[in-house]
Amino acid sequence: MHDWRYATPDAPHAPASRARHVPRRSGLVRWLVVGAAVMVASCQPAGVLDPQGPIASAQLLLLINSTAIMLVVVVPVILATLGFAWWYRSSNARASRSWDPAFEGRIEFVTWSIPALIVILLGGVIWIGSHQLDPRAPISANANPLRVDVVALDWKWLFIYPDQGIAAVNQLVVPVGTPVDFRLTSATVMNSFFVPQLGSQIYTMGGMTTHLNLLADQPGEYPGFSANFSGDGFSEMRFVAKAVPAGDFDAWVTQARGAGSALDEAAYAELAKPSQAVPPTTYRSVEPKLFEHIIEQTVSGPEKAGVGAAWCPPAWQVGG
Amino acid sequence: MLGNLTWAAIPFDQPLPLYATGAVGIVILAVLGLVTVKGWWPYLWRDWLTSVDHKRIGAMYLILGLVMLLRGYSDAIMMRTQQAIAVGDAQGYLPPDHYDQIFSAHGTIMIFFVAMPLVIGLMNFVVPLQLGVRDVAFPVLNSVSFWLTASGALLVNVSLVVGNFARTGWMGYPPLSGLAYSPGEGVDYYLWPLQISGIGTLLTGVNFVTTILKLRAPGMIYFRMPVFCWTALAANMLIIAAFPILTATFVMLLLDRYVGMHFFTNDAGGNQMMYVNLFWAWGHPEVYILILPAFGVFSEVVATFSGKGLFSYRSMVLATLGICILSFTVWLHHFFTMGAGADVNAFFGIMSAIIAVPTGVKIFNWLFTLFRGRIVFTTPILFAIGFMVTFVIGGMTGVLLAVPPVDFVLHNSVFLVAHFHNVIIGGVVFGALAGYNYWFPKAFGFTLDERWGKASFWCWLVGFYLAFMPLYVLGLMGMTRRLEHIPDPGWQPLLLVAEVGAIVIFLGILCQIAQLYVSIRTREVRRDLTGDPWNARTLEWSTSSPPPPYNFAVLPRVETIDAFWEMKRRGVAAVEPAYETIEMPRNSPIGFVIAFFAVIAGFSAIWHIWWLVILGLLAIAVTVLTFGWSENREREVPAADVARMERARLGLGRPA
Repeated sequence: MHDWRYATPDAPHAPASRARHVPRRSGLVRWLVVGAAVMVASCQPAGVLDPQGPIASAQLLLLINSTAIMLVVVVPVILATLGFAWWYRSSNARASRSWDPAFEGRIEFVTWSIPALIVILLGGVIWIGSHQLDPRAPISANANPLRVDVVALDWKWLFIYPDQGIAAVNQLVVPVGTPVDFRLTSATVMNSFFVPQLGSQIYTMGGMTTHLNLLADQPGEYPGFSANFSGDGFSEMRFVAKAVPAGDFDAWVTQARGAGSALDEAAYAELAKPSQAVPPTTYRSVEPKLFEHIIEQTVSGPEKAGVGAAWCPPAWQVGG
Repeated sequence: MLGNLTWAAIPFDQPLPLYATGAVGIVILAVLGLVTVKGWWPYLWRDWLTSVDHKRIGAMYLILGLVMLLRGYSDAIMMRTQQAIAVGDAQGYLPPDHYDQIFSAHGTIMIFFVAMPLVIGLMNFVVPLQLGVRDVAFPVLNSVSFWLTASGALLVNVSLVVGNFARTGWMGYPPLSGLAYSPGEGVDYYLWPLQISGIGTLLTGVNFVTTILKLRAPGMIYFRMPVFCWTALAANMLIIAAFPILTATFVMLLLDRYVGMHFFTNDAGGNQMMYVNLFWAWGHPEVYILILPAFGVFSEVVATFSGKGLFSYRSMVLATLGICILSFTVWLHHFFTMGAGADVNAFFGIMSAIIAVPTGVKIFNWLFTLFRGRIVFTTPILFAIGFMVTFVIGGMTGVLLAVPPVDFVLHNSVFLVAHFHNVIIGGVVFGALAGYNYWFPKAFGFTLDERWGKASFWCWLVGFYLAFMPLYVLGLMGMTRRLEHIPDPGWQPLLLVAEVGAIVIFLGILCQIAQLYVSIRTREVRRDLTGDPWNARTLEWSTSSPPPPYNFAVLPRVETIDAFWEMKRRGVAAVEPAYETIEMPRNSPIGFVIAFFAVIAGFSAIWHIWWLVILGLLAIAVTVLTFGWSENREREVPAADVARMERARLGLGRPA
């Protein structure tokens, strides 16, 4: 309601054509109110703002703290800019214009000190935060970590559970409260593995392994995707990260072992072909050391498979 | 004979780009027809296309930048529209292969062919005038630089009609941009134009560093140079240091693509991380190549329209040089998520945050310049104030992204997209538009219309906030960049707000066009006869508007910062000196001719037409040698002519 009061021109010197102006201005205000309402309504906690694990929670806290530290300076600067610009307008007879140059050195000291102090504070935050939230650092918890190997393919995600001997495509199931120790690579171009509600993303790169540790606190289904553009199927390179109670996880593993096909060389070669919007599937067994093999053959390259320079995603080579 | 070029390269099956280019082609033909009918070709060729006058070249850079802004904007509104409608089950109107080209072209064009020409154009026009000299150090080379930049812009746009542009994003990360994953001409349409324009930019850097270090009016020691010249010096030193990195990186990627080498491939020992490092070792200084001159513009504008000298000149210079050096120590913050260790990430995070110190000092200096000033609200200072408010928000989100663990959840999101548009629109574009409005009367002798100018400012400002604040929110909600299809219907309302913002920005561009049209129509009543329409402080305002070809009949003698202000205060500006003969460089077609052959060589290289590549390169070599050995490169303006022109302008300027 506050906004509507401003909708009518309250300046005593409003022009004669005031009547014509009223509807236009309130139209604008109505738009602004609607816009603000849309913004607020859309700001239901989601993504980064709705963390479901210790990493994501710590990162959100860091985000809020860093913003708060900076707002201490940013808000006064914005207000001072607008305030000075308005008060010292040339038509304002009441503004004092006298200026003592002898004052300059002391003000300079302050203008360098304020940002320097903020940055020293933030520098500490950065140093500590970077070490505490290093993606490689194991998460301490009561449960033993679950190992998951992640392979980015054109355009889907392959999740291998080496200890369980199963694999899944575009579906990541993890037990709640258990640290997940990811090894990641790409059999194709660079991608970035990201589940916003669980925290840190990390690049996946061909021939290389990156490491990431995450943990889900609450059962739920959290959207995951590639956060680095990787070609035509990029938009649909999505998966759901399902955090389930430990018992349900074991049940899921058992169920996966009893269904689906085996992920052997031939099945992987088929899977590695470019495809888009692939529905979630599971594999009842996985070729041992598949993750390492994928890295090796990405490094050894598609040329050896006899594929020409044309469109050639890495293909599985027997004995390659 | 024609390499890979066949009729299949023309997208007859895709009506959208074909109609668009058809329409643009008709406009171009109409303009060319008009020029022919009116018989303007000799004038255009003599006074513009072959001009080596830094003021003309500056103006042509600005025209190039503003025309390319329309192209880059078309890409932007197409992306925004696709994202606003392709939600849930709807697929929108752009298939991925088209959408991917659009966002790649948008980034490439906006950085290389909008922001760079606008900034370099302003430096071209302003720096020699502010230094109180007659031209840059190498005027013909300057013309070559401009035309090479224009060649690059032309080649990128040829990809609309002949073939496809890259589908890799404007950074062109391998292996996606390598031959295995991007066969065809797309990535080559990205690499060759940037190589050609990159050479032009490097030559600009050499030219301006030499100019600023070696050519200054008598008495203008470094610490009397206007702040804009300091920022131009810093930006051009960065060009010299950074652009060769980009050129070398692209050479390696070209070798990967053309002769099957393995610098950046997945296999055979290639290392994609090296490309990313090298790209950003250029890319981050590039950000400061763009923003430092914009800071320079704001320094001039804020001081002039506050009616007092810039607060703390020495801090401003120190901060500029500090940013210049620090800009090379932060590149890794573009890829904290690559998996480097905590020490490395923390180091680059802290270095990035440290850049906020000199930048913050600059903001405070402008603030204290406003303090107790006598502020006249013209279009340029509105842009400056809009910049100060907007830029501190962009700076804050930038420092936020410099905190590695925060970047882990915001990297590559539309939060990042909002951040860099916040600093590039709120900083570089506002700076360029402030400079355009501020120096236009100097360049053309009449002021721009204030009413349309202010309307364009408000549209740009409001449009920016509507278009990009929603993206900050969406980034926090987990929306990543470059999505051709939006999975979450909950994001659509904010995407629609962003769409409205993009349209409001378009209104701002329309207002600018209207401003130019109205101002030209009414130029007779808005003539600037004094040469100093704003009661400004630096030397460019001490000569007439537009300045004579030689800028200053007698080089000014500089004794303080804000030399012209001091002259006005002491009243020495009006004394008539003894005129001497002035030696000026002759106009030269070499830039235009080299560019012509560069376009041919570049186009042929994209399509593997090797005989034509060789012919084009040979032609360039012959052109350079021919012009290099010509003796007839200077002309003299006799003292009598100088005296006549000067008396004419002084007679106009004040009572005889």
